[in-house]
Amino acid sequence: MSFIAKSPWILHYDGSSCNGCDIETLACLTPVYDIERFGVINTGNPKHADILIVTGSVNHQNRDVLLNIYNQMPDPKAVIAVGICAITGGIFAECYNVLGGVDKVLPVDIYVPGCAARPEAIIDGIVKAIGILEMKHQNMRIKSKWRLRWPWKSELKFSY
Amino acid sequence: MEIVLFLFIAPVLAAVIQPAIRTIRSRSIAAVGSAIVISGGVIALFFLDIKESPAFFTAHSNAVNMAVLAGEILLSVYVVITGLKHKRYLAVLLMLAQIAIILGLELFYGDRLSAAHNLFLDRFSIIMAFIIGIIGSLIMVYACGYMKDFHTQHPEVRDRSSFFFIVCYLFLASMFVLVFANNLVWLHFCWELTTLASFLLIGYADTDEAVNNAFTALTMNLLGGLAFAGGIAYLCVAHGIVELDRLLAMNKYSVVLPVVLLSLAGITKSAQLPFSGWLLGAMVAPTPSSALLHSSTMVKAGVYLLLRLSPLLAHTLTGSMVTLVGGASFLVASLIAVSQRNAKWVLAYSTVANLGLIVACAGIGSAGTLWAGIFLILFHAVAKSLLFQSVGTVEHRLHSRDIEDMDNLINRMPRVTAMMVVGISGMFLAPFGMLISKWAALKAFIDIDSMLGLVLIVLLSYGSAATLFFWTKWMGKIISMKNKKIESGNMDAAVSRQELSSESIHAVLTVVLCLAFPLISQLLVEPYVSRISGIDYGIARGNYVIMGIMVSMLIALPVIIIRLQRHAQFVMSDGYTSGHTVSSDRHYIGSLGIDRKISMKNIYMKEYFGEKKIFAAGTAAGILFIIAMVAGALI
Amino acid sequence: MKIILGVILYIVAAPLVGGILAGIDRVLSAKLQSRVGPPLLQPFYDVLKLFEKRTMIVNRFQNAYAWCHVIFMAMTGAFFFEGGDILLAVFALTLAGIFLILGAYSSNSPYSYLGAERELVLMLAYEPMVILTMVGMYMVAQSFSFMEIAASQRPIILYLPGVFLGFLYILPMKLRKSPFDISSSHHAHQELVRGLTSDFSGSMLALIEIAHWYETTLLLGLVYLFFSFNPVVGVCAAFGTYFLGILVDNSYARLKWELAFTSAWGIALVLGGGNLAILYFIAGG
Repeated sequence: MSFIAKSPWILHYDGSSCNGCDIETLACLTPVYDIERFGVINTGNPKHADILIVTGSVNHQNRDVLLNIYNQMPDPKAVIAVGICAITGGIFAECYNVLGGVDKVLPVDIYVPGCAARPEAIIDGIVKAIGILEMKHQNMRIKSKWRLRWPWKSELKFSY
Repeated sequence: MEIVLFLFIAPVLAAVIQPAIRTIRSRSIAAVGSAIVISGGVIALFFLDIKESPAFFTAHSNAVNMAVLAGEILLSVYVVITGLKHKRYLAVLLMLAQIAIILGLELFYGDRLSAAHNLFLDRFSIIMAFIIGIIGSLIMVYACGYMKDFHTQHPEVRDRSSFFFIVCYLFLASMFVLVFANNLVWLHFCWELTTLASFLLIGYADTDEAVNNAFTALTMNLLGGLAFAGGIAYLCVAHGIVELDRLLAMNKYSVVLPVVLLSLAGITKSAQLPFSGWLLGAMVAPTPSSALLHSSTMVKAGVYLLLRLSPLLAHTLTGSMVTLVGGASFLVASLIAVSQRNAKWVLAYSTVANLGLIVACAGIGSAGTLWAGIFLILFHAVAKSLLFQSVGTVEHRLHSRDIEDMDNLINRMPRVTAMMVVGISGMFLAPFGMLISKWAALKAFIDIDSMLGLVLIVLLSYGSAATLFFWTKWMGKIISMKNKKIESGNMDAAVSRQELSSESIHAVLTVVLCLAFPLISQLLVEPYVSRISGIDYGIARGNYVIMGIMVSMLIALPVIIIRLQRHAQFVMSDGYTSGHTVSSDRHYIGSLGIDRKISMKNIYMKEYFGEKKIFAAGTAAGILFIIAMVAGALI
Repeated sequence: MKIILGVILYIVAAPLVGGILAGIDRVLSAKLQSRVGPPLLQPFYDVLKLFEKRTMIVNRFQNAYAWCHVIFMAMTGAFFFEGGDILLAVFALTLAGIFLILGAYSSNSPYSYLGAERELVLMLAYEPMVILTMVGMYMVAQSFSFMEIAASQRPIILYLPGVFLGFLYILPMKLRKSPFDISSSHHAHQELVRGLTSDFSGSMLALIEIAHWYETTLLLGLVYLFFSFNPVVGVCAAFGTYFLGILVDNSYARLKWELAFTSAWGIALVLGGGNLAILYFIAGG
């Protein structure tokens, strides 16, 4: 087991959500659900984050922003689409400005359905994402032979 | 003795040949040649004469005395005529009063004016000679490249380059005599020569502002010169002495008034608080002359005299007041420097601040402060000269002295930036000289164990915090770095060879002096301090080890880290701008897809450290301390 | 030999102590918010995870700055505990801090830049008090050596109550805790993202975190000095100070930098300077 499973730091990005799923995502951090039990921190900075949580659909305006943020997250990383809008575009799917779900832009690892998604479901999604992170980390290890990425023995250049 | 004379004659010769020089190329050959000769002289002085220091030389000659007198008269005639031409009657008046004193002395007490020893040499003079000779002549090499660009970029200024070089070399020559003179009349003559030289250099551009500032400098320094002349007259009339060594051997309570007068001269020359205006005004001069004034000549003459007098200042009211003037100047100038965004002004205020610290050390007059004061002079000279030169170079490429315009300088001028970083680190970072001297000064202030010491500690702790602040934000500005892929154009290539070579030697000197600092301390400073203070003074050896470790780590670490990571491949990315990044050039996509530039400015805290408010308060404090000093002496 | 062993012990043990303290901080903060909170060893998991991640950089100089930051931070502590001059060590500590600031400046991104500026303002704010603290210790213990001060039988706190209070005031600035977490805070969802460390990631962020542990240990060591006449009291006081810091961190909103700066300078002058002045009077009289 790698340490990434013990400290998944999340980044929450609000696409064009109605704020319902955002409230539920933040609720995970409150005393009732206390997701920090699993070492989760809401970082707010892609360069520190391991898991990208996206709520709401992707539109033409925020498409590049989302890509940019995803590209600024160092590997290994996972993406969770929270709520039906983030999965398919939801009731906004037909809007002129909406592209659709997050997977139109990014490779999504976990889909957490619901309108709004319940905190229990979101936590479940994060726990599943941890498994995926671990898997991705294993793959990275096979490539680079090093368990820990020592700063002076960093790995191959990664291309997006 | 021969070497001392040689050190005087070499710059004079360099000055004499200037009118014959026509091309830039031959001028720089001459400058490099004289730099080598003068530096050779200084090194010879160190190796040959260090054993016999302190050594006194008679060098008695009526011809020289007459020449000095004639020089004084010529100098005053020139100043009076120029003053009348520009209607600066205060300067004329001060000059006339001064020459009246000198002539009066010569007429009525001529027999007492012949000194037993006219010249002398000790370890402190060797350090000063090192600063004047090596730093000064390197600045002249730099000036060859600089003046060419200066006149290309300022066609409105009449090209008087050879005049500029003549004045600078004479400046160096008079500084050499100043630090070797034991005869106070000679010292005073050189003192006035440096005043005149700085007047000519500041007024070089011949604009209204330049002339105005030149006269401010002249008036303030003539005031100091007048005090100096008064001090000599008093000493000569009351005690019959004109030698520095005999003055220092006197009981300090019997020479209070002349010491006050000489200290006043030192305070004006080193631009302490009520008189700081002239040094700030001197920023209109071309950068090599600023470098010269700030690092190796002029202001260093002031602190040199005060440090020489410091045994007479210790534990006296005069000394306390000198200390307070210095301490106040340190704090006030450091605070104001925070609010400045013009690079040369930051440098000027930082000079006033560091000189303030040296003056404070001189006023205390204990062994520890003497040690710290001498090292402050040495390290300040090298680092400040380097900084002035690199700012001058950058100014000619960017056409601005504004620190805000030096954003990403490391991409545009990597070599000059590297040297600037060395200079800035030399001014305030831990294992470098200035900070070590500050540390020693702080310890010495604690050890004097009086209320004055506490006041100084508080002043020093606040002033150092401000120092840290303004240097770091400047350094941050120039090292912030764009991605390599953004082409920014390397402007280093356009910098002249003379400028780059002088700056590189300075950068190397800054580092080497830090490494060699225990050696300098043991060979030069500690023996001098022990001789003057009469106690065996030394810094604990363990601290040398710590400093040595730190300096070597500071040099080695970045190299090692960058080498080790040579093959490591990191994921390159741009700085985080909330997902709107376009490039690390601080651009982002604004609304409607427009490319927008983010500009970052430093914090200047103008509301706290506004120049006007603090400067006025500082001037008031300075005047108050000086009045107290004079009044104390008169009572 | 003893010195070398001591230095090695410090270099190994200090981050462990600092890391556990950071873990206690997170657990206690969670309890104060009536949450369960992460495991005690969470900070170690975080740092080890960061080493597992790829490191994303803006330029290669950044790494040099991060490395210098942690190495000089560790060295400062080594100076302290092998008995070096505390004043010199404080300057070395400043040097370490400057490296982090330069690293943030170097990245050229607005958030890092702003964080660096604010960290500098904090440095401006706390520096006078730090120097006055060292001077005060010297005046009481008559030595600049950490070991000699620690071995001193005089209850330094009784001589320097004002200095101690002033030092307590600036401690959150050094630990980057509320109400002075204006340059970079533990949680990055704020106006300046993560401030100073916004553009450090992976192993470089881990190094900075380790340096922070060193710094915590070092600062608590300084608190210990005030109570060094009795080691038990000293250790209790050091931990007590840390818990007080956690309490304040959780119960106060952050101040603006203007207020942080003016209040710190005022307190340093009144409490620090005043305390020293009284000491001088007593010594003189």
